[in-house]
Amino acid sequence: MDTFSTLIQVLDSTLRLATPLLLACLAGLFSERSGIFDIGLEAKMLVSAFFSAAFAYTTGSVWIGLMAGVAASIVFAGIHGIASITFRGNQLISGVALNFLASGMTVLIAQSWFHQGGRTPSLMGGARFEGVELPFAIGPTEAAETGRPLNQLIAEAGPLQQLYSELISGHSVLVYIALLAVPATWWVLYRTRFGLRLRAVGENPAAVDTAGISVVGLRYSSMIIVGVLCGLAGAYLATGLQAGFVKDMTAGRGYIALAALIFAKWRPWHALGACLLFGLLQALALRTDVVEAFFPFKMPVQLLDSMPYILTVVILAGFVGKAIPPRAGGQPYVKER
Amino acid sequence: MGDQAPAIELRGISKAFGPVQANKDISLSVAKGAIHGIIGENGAGKSTLMSILYGFYKADRGEILINGQETQIPDSQAAIAAGIGMVFQHFKLVENFTVLENVVLGAEEGALLRTTMSNARRHLTEIAEEYEMDVDPDAVIEEIGVGMQQRVEILKSLYREAEILILDEPTGVLTPAEADHLFRILRGLRDEGKTIILITHKLREIMDVTDTVSVMRRGEMTATVKTAETSPEALAELMVGRKVLLRVDKKPAQPGRTVLKVDNLKVVDDDKVERLKGISLEVRAGEILGIAGVSGNGQSELLRVLGGIERATGQVEINGQQIDLTGRHSDGRSRRERGIAHVPEDRQRAGLIMDFAAWENIVFGYQWDPAYNNGWLMDNAGIREETEGKMERFDVRPPHAHLEAKSFSGGNQQKLVLAREIERNPDLLLVGQPTRGVDIGAIEFIHQQIVDLRDAGKAILLVSVELDEIMGLSDRIAVMFDGKIMGERLPGETNEGELGLLMAGVTNGGSA
Repeated sequence: MDTFSTLIQVLDSTLRLATPLLLACLAGLFSERSGIFDIGLEAKMLVSAFFSAAFAYTTGSVWIGLMAGVAASIVFAGIHGIASITFRGNQLISGVALNFLASGMTVLIAQSWFHQGGRTPSLMGGARFEGVELPFAIGPTEAAETGRPLNQLIAEAGPLQQLYSELISGHSVLVYIALLAVPATWWVLYRTRFGLRLRAVGENPAAVDTAGISVVGLRYSSMIIVGVLCGLAGAYLATGLQAGFVKDMTAGRGYIALAALIFAKWRPWHALGACLLFGLLQALALRTDVVEAFFPFKMPVQLLDSMPYILTVVILAGFVGKAIPPRAGGQPYVKER
Repeated sequence: MGDQAPAIELRGISKAFGPVQANKDISLSVAKGAIHGIIGENGAGKSTLMSILYGFYKADRGEILINGQETQIPDSQAAIAAGIGMVFQHFKLVENFTVLENVVLGAEEGALLRTTMSNARRHLTEIAEEYEMDVDPDAVIEEIGVGMQQRVEILKSLYREAEILILDEPTGVLTPAEADHLFRILRGLRDEGKTIILITHKLREIMDVTDTVSVMRRGEMTATVKTAETSPEALAELMVGRKVLLRVDKKPAQPGRTVLKVDNLKVVDDDKVERLKGISLEVRAGEILGIAGVSGNGQSELLRVLGGIERATGQVEINGQQIDLTGRHSDGRSRRERGIAHVPEDRQRAGLIMDFAAWENIVFGYQWDPAYNNGWLMDNAGIREETEGKMERFDVRPPHAHLEAKSFSGGNQQKLVLAREIERNPDLLLVGQPTRGVDIGAIEFIHQQIVDLRDAGKAILLVSVELDEIMGLSDRIAVMFDGKIMGERLPGETNEGELGLLMAGVTNGGSA
């Protein structure tokens, strides 16, 4: 296989693998910018993955599945909000508790509902997100019209068309939503009143409070956004990237997203970069043959898997400038005087 | 002004927190276009009253009238709508936002920022020009000085079209020159018809800038008088409820041998910023050297280095013997063994453990002393007994050794720390902000203890941001600015104006 198409395949898989990371990372960004640490991104993705797969299977509609997943994720975000905003509990403990709850609960419900060893049945047809074929791209439609295999058609096309058809076109709609969420997040954060207040409440809630704005209200709104974004991430995992829910299928993506958030220093465009980088590492871990073509030795998959964390530690140690989290992060707001 | 309704009228305001009656049946009337001072000791209920006015607390009883209209103020939003602006003692600014962003926060015109920002920029420049408050709208808060930050707080209120401005202890963080600037701004605002309430515990400010003044004591409003018709002494008496000595009564110093000699002391912090830039000074037995300066100019580092908590380079001699500034033997204990006692600036964080009892706190720093131990066990009964004695001699109220440190008032906490350090009979006492957050009555006692120690032939290094305290207690005054000593003066031969210039880093060779 020639290098160019291998490269495109790796990048294509990078984009797919980066999507759930990116959605979760932006969720974390909204949460931490509002002053709430959220180690429970994992939990929200997991419940969304399960409920989206379960509902998509039962109803046969991936969109109903998506709504169910997002709803479940919002409920979990709401629980985190009640624990850490209303009752001013420890945000880390609440997040960890929710992670355990999600991990056990999803398997338990899956088992009693589908009796398939804690997984949902495989999703097919309308119960999965299909690739969206962008205009002028070579996709399944062309293949059907000409009666020739798709990969042959693509291989015959020019490099630009190959790049466009394989890398840009043909992804699930959630991939494009995730990519659009980056400029949207930037715009909300820096160009709207809500964004100004959100950034303020994560830095100094007292300033927001004395300005006559509800700290609690702002933080709950950010929790809802977190719920939606994590819900999309989880639904993509179960109904886009894979075809069904399996136990602990998020596989630490919530933590990698948090690492990406630190790596990005809590900024939206940097989050895109960080998630693509971490997505590339995950893609390479699946294609060790490519890695070994570049390195003269056998690259352990575990090393690639741990790279996001290693890079984050490097960032936190201050080698690449200072990573300053929002100042009020993790502290419940108590009105003084 | 006579027939106009008062800007603020409070009628019978009461507020209790559990069993504590913070405000008792308070009535107050502030005329439009006046600067009204509210003075009282810590815990007298000033801040509670203002928090009620700003919607942070709801009064249990009573009514608030703004411009003659009865007004409900359930939250800050309502206070702002009623034309009330508040400048808190601790600024409520978002540190990494620009001035402009801080000003518009909460008062945006619409959901999108673009028009808000451009209109606000124009409006802000107009207000700033009108009241002579030059600020750069694009400056980031954490990069501008406290005086400027305070102006941003005032601009925030004016941008919201406040007619009534409440300032809570506004000069605590300012140099005398900055405070004068603030007072000029306040007078300008008053002349434009704004009403200003100034909460402070500094009598001098009340006398300088207010038109009328109310005195609060133990939750009650004890008097409201015209400033021109009263005196600091009369106000102090109203605050405390008895006659108070405002000036420290002390004999001339009789300095003896040199106890502390500091030469070229330098400290570089974790961010590689030089906090002390070559400090040299001497303190002799039987004298008080006062270090004046706005907080954050290296005084804290100086105290910590001498107290053994922070490392430094340079030379420090105590009683003619060099002490180790960098090595393994540079810690609080080794300093105490050499006769240096340390009353830290922040008594609640460095001076006491708030959850521990008084008798436990009274041995901290000296717990290794054989006198407090029976072999390898602590002599708790003995310590408790000794604590009762110390508490009695230092007038700590209530004198119960088993009470946790946090259950004492600020003044009594400070007396506990002083009792611990002074009764060790040190050669040198390092004392930082001895009366910060301490009532006037206790201030008198604490000052007397420090002077008594001096008269007993001990050396004292006093660090304070209160210029009155420095002027009153010191035998010599050194002024620190930006990690350096700007100059030394004798209290009898200088004045606040000259010290204020030194504190701001201005050295004018010509001025004496």
